[in-house]
Amino acid sequence: MRLLLALVLGLACMVAVAYAATPPPVRIGSKAFTESVVLGEIARLDLHEHGIDAVHRRSLGGTRILWRALRHGDIDVYPEYTGTIVQELLPDTPRGASLAQLRARLKPLGIGMTAPLGFEDSYALGMRTRLAQKLGISTISDLRAHPDLALGFSNEFMDREDGWKRLKRVYRLPQTDVRGMDHALAYRALASGAIVVTDLYTTDAEIPYYHLRVLRDDRHVFPAYRAVYLYRLDLAQRDPGALAVLEHLAGRIDVAAMQRMNAAVKLDHASETAVAARFLGLPAPATRGGLVHRLLLRSGQHLILVGISLGLAIVLALPLGIVAARWQRLGHAVMALTGVLQTVPSLAMFVFMIPLFGIGAEPAIAALFFYSLLPIVRNTHAGLRGIDPALLESAAVMGLPAHVRLLQVELPLARRSILAGIKTAAVINVGTATLGALIGAGGYGQPILTGIRLDDLGLILEGAIPAAVLALVAQGLFEALERAWTPRGLRRRTVH
Amino acid sequence: MDEICRNRAYAWRWRPGAAAHGYDARMGARGRKITGEAADTADAPMFELLGVRKHYGDSIAVDGISLAFARGVVTALIGSSGSGKSTLLRLLTGLLRPDAGEVRFDGCSLDAATLRQARQRMGYVIQEGGLFPHRTVLGNLSLLPVHLGWSGARVLERARELAVRVQLPEALLQRYPSELSGGQRQRVALMRALMLDPPVLLLDEPLGALDPIVRSELQEQLADMFAELDKTVLLVTHDVAEAAWLASRLVLLRDGRVEQDGSFAQLRQSPASTHVRRFLASARSLPEAP
Repeated sequence: MRLLLALVLGLACMVAVAYAATPPPVRIGSKAFTESVVLGEIARLDLHEHGIDAVHRRSLGGTRILWRALRHGDIDVYPEYTGTIVQELLPDTPRGASLAQLRARLKPLGIGMTAPLGFEDSYALGMRTRLAQKLGISTISDLRAHPDLALGFSNEFMDREDGWKRLKRVYRLPQTDVRGMDHALAYRALASGAIVVTDLYTTDAEIPYYHLRVLRDDRHVFPAYRAVYLYRLDLAQRDPGALAVLEHLAGRIDVAAMQRMNAAVKLDHASETAVAARFLGLPAPATRGGLVHRLLLRSGQHLILVGISLGLAIVLALPLGIVAARWQRLGHAVMALTGVLQTVPSLAMFVFMIPLFGIGAEPAIAALFFYSLLPIVRNTHAGLRGIDPALLESAAVMGLPAHVRLLQVELPLARRSILAGIKTAAVINVGTATLGALIGAGGYGQPILTGIRLDDLGLILEGAIPAAVLALVAQGLFEALERAWTPRGLRRRTVH
Repeated sequence: MDEICRNRAYAWRWRPGAAAHGYDARMGARGRKITGEAADTADAPMFELLGVRKHYGDSIAVDGISLAFARGVVTALIGSSGSGKSTLLRLLTGLLRPDAGEVRFDGCSLDAATLRQARQRMGYVIQEGGLFPHRTVLGNLSLLPVHLGWSGARVLERARELAVRVQLPEALLQRYPSELSGGQRQRVALMRALMLDPPVLLLDEPLGALDPIVRSELQEQLADMFAELDKTVLLVTHDVAEAAWLASRLVLLRDGRVEQDGSFAQLRQSPASTHVRRFLASARSLPEAP
């Protein structure tokens, strides 16, 4: 007996030690655009190659979400640009701040920054190489000599203070034929000759594809957007090896390489993983299962999001609805509160949950939970208030205690309305849960987001169709449940 | 007396066993511990209204009424609509609380502590029956008895017994209210009110929505039953003929006050006012018809 106890204790100690000795995986995040996802994959594969466990939560969203996730400790690393750090994350920083100055300002926040990876991805102007050669244009200053050129810029570039307005002022550009248009359309307009110059990102895959020349920003109007990895300083203490791997990537990715990788994903439809592996000289990783496998995986994630949030909502909303029906004034407050929750834009709701729950499934479940409350509370309230007062009085005069009246009379009579509320919540939930992919919750939103990013209709449908099917299934399921649960006496319209 | 009421409320509240078995015997005799106390209130009227007033907003529904209803007597509350007769019945069931005055049931003031137990000793039937549409006839009948701990077999036995009494075909016990005729529904409502064999029946226009043939048939059955069961019955009706047929005492209400209180013969022979005379005139045809 004593031997057994010692054995068990020893085993437990070993497990504990082994567990403590295995560092948790390095968590990498990326923004919802191709280049960021590729850089995230490069970091993950390179760490993996060096024997360091790493996970990549891809396409988490915009700068704010990634920055907050990093500060909050939900991720350890993500790729960022120095220009963005200066302009958005540390807005008090002077424009020409050096890397050392940036590091000094990041340090008190617990954040570190690797050396630049090599390439810059900044705003630039571009035009077709052949025409540029003919007109002898290689810098933005050269445009001054050609006042009748047609310019077409992305709408954001037209509006931004540091975009066209500043450019025009600093370079004293004389062109008057200037139009705003969609960024993707601008490339086609350029190819067709409708416009001659457009704004672009220096690593755009379209630059080599359309044979464009990037005009040199000889007066340095655009801030430097040098790619770096931002990481949590506690990662450096926890896993110095991981940091060494990241730092080792510094200076190894030049503009041409990044352009090629973006083109391979966007134009040739290669996976980010395959592209990253090719860059690192690793064998192409096995593809991530077939369509069925992917569907099953996402269905599972989606069902977990919807199921847990809906289940929790029912547990809270039913009593709230009952309370609201019983006490009028409290009812008004409850309905108003859940109504306000419903008016929060869904995307904002998901983002609001991040400081509370981090990123991943939890904040998505919390957001969906809040969205599910109103339909259930409202229908529970309406169902209970809609009961014929004569029936309530009959039950009361019988001398039944309140809880028996509630369980045996009121809830069964309100059941149809309550079920309809749950059904509404479920259907809304299935659709809204696709937004969960924005904050790393997976599900059907994942291929939709990637599909939008890559302009790949097939990928969008791979998420949208199952989501629609699931919504229909949920609807059908609840309607069947409603039929099965409605006693014969309530099915016909009755006079009572 | 007050102490007895308190004890009774206490006993009911803290001895669920008593509540479960107490109504076993006929005529609402309660559990052993309480039986002795009940004797102390046995000579009190079943119901007493002491200066009861009730108004809805500006309109006065019951204007300072004091009445006593003796045990075993069938009383009809009559009057035109708005005279306060339904309000009076609802005050007796505790669905309404009086603004002033006191309602006493079985010698005890009807308050929050005694209300639920008191109600289990009242059978209540309303115009449309108030049957629960989501439960079968048997489901409607069993609701309160099952809560009080009756076995299914016992509920069924009692239901069959009552079905015979109200002449409801036993096969209908499994039907839903929506599958019954209006007369059948009122019979079921009556059965539900009688399940625990309460000493009191409160009937609020129980036959008001029925066609004349079913109505007169049920009136006869009710009359037989009242005679047989020896219950304290309060019947609200706007039909003087029905009141005269079923009740030995008529209370005619007008504008929330008692206009006249007596037997049908007294009301007819010496009406207290022209209103009483005119009200009775509307029903003269039935008792005088061949």
